[in-house]
Amino acid sequence: MIGLQHYLTVAAMLFVLSIVGIIINRKNLILLLMCIELMLLAVNTNFIAFSRFLGDETGQVFVFFILTVAAAEAAIGLAILVVLFRNRRSIAVQELNTLKG
Amino acid sequence: MMLHSILFYVFAGIMFGAALGVILSRNPVHSVMFLVFTFFNAAILWLLAEAEFLAIVLVLVYVGAVMVLFLFVVMMLDVNVEAAKRGLTRYAPLGIGLALIMAIELINVIWLRDQGEGAALDFVDLPEGYSNTKALGSVLYTEHFYAFEIAAVILLLAIIAAITLTMRKRPGLKVQNISKQVAVRAKDRVRLVKMDAEKKQ
Repeated sequence: MIGLQHYLTVAAMLFVLSIVGIIINRKNLILLLMCIELMLLAVNTNFIAFSRFLGDETGQVFVFFILTVAAAEAAIGLAILVVLFRNRRSIAVQELNTLKG
Repeated sequence: MMLHSILFYVFAGIMFGAALGVILSRNPVHSVMFLVFTFFNAAILWLLAEAEFLAIVLVLVYVGAVMVLFLFVVMMLDVNVEAAKRGLTRYAPLGIGLALIMAIELINVIWLRDQGEGAALDFVDLPEGYSNTKALGSVLYTEHFYAFEIAAVILLLAIIAAITLTMRKRPGLKVQNISKQVAVRAKDRVRLVKMDAEKKQ
């Protein structure tokens, strides 16, 4: 029987995997954004599992808002990325040192 | 119930593999494709948890719009794959060690409750005729209406921010100057000349 703990385990594994992704893909800004999306997915899965477990729809409403904010974040982040690429011809993280002084 | 468990484990396994593909593939386009696959499997898991509305929203809105945006940007930017590959292995042991520690801790915490009472954390069956969309809507448009409107404003903000960031002015581009066009008067354009009528010869 699948219960709360199975969903929490899957979400925890997904979250840990996205942290590994952030650590080993530090060079690539797009992959960092994708790992953040994965993290949000793990958090949303937690919310849905708890909402189902407690029989309370508020958790699903929260997921709704997280999806909204994540979409806005992705749109603005990608716009910044496009502008950055247009100005620097590269999006490698180690070359983003203009603000170093 | 047996089928339910099998489906859960199968799709959770596929999702885990797809997530591994996201973080390990060399080509960013493959990463986005794996991410789309991960989202699909997550939507199936949400369906199994009977959150049907959000599962459909995840596929239609998130995969259909946000991931396509990702794919568009990845393909447009033409990232140098070789340059991104360098230095991958230096931090890999640290990352894997950290991940193992975190995973063991989290799974221990999650399954801690199970040692005492047996299957106390199972999902209870939903009542007959339960509609997820209806229940969600009846909460969303009453209790959380203010947050709903703020979400709309956030989306508007995202539109405006994305357009302002990426719009650029090209020099020498011929464009209309609307205010100048509106402000023009007939007196500036047409000159009436008074002259005598010509005589017939």
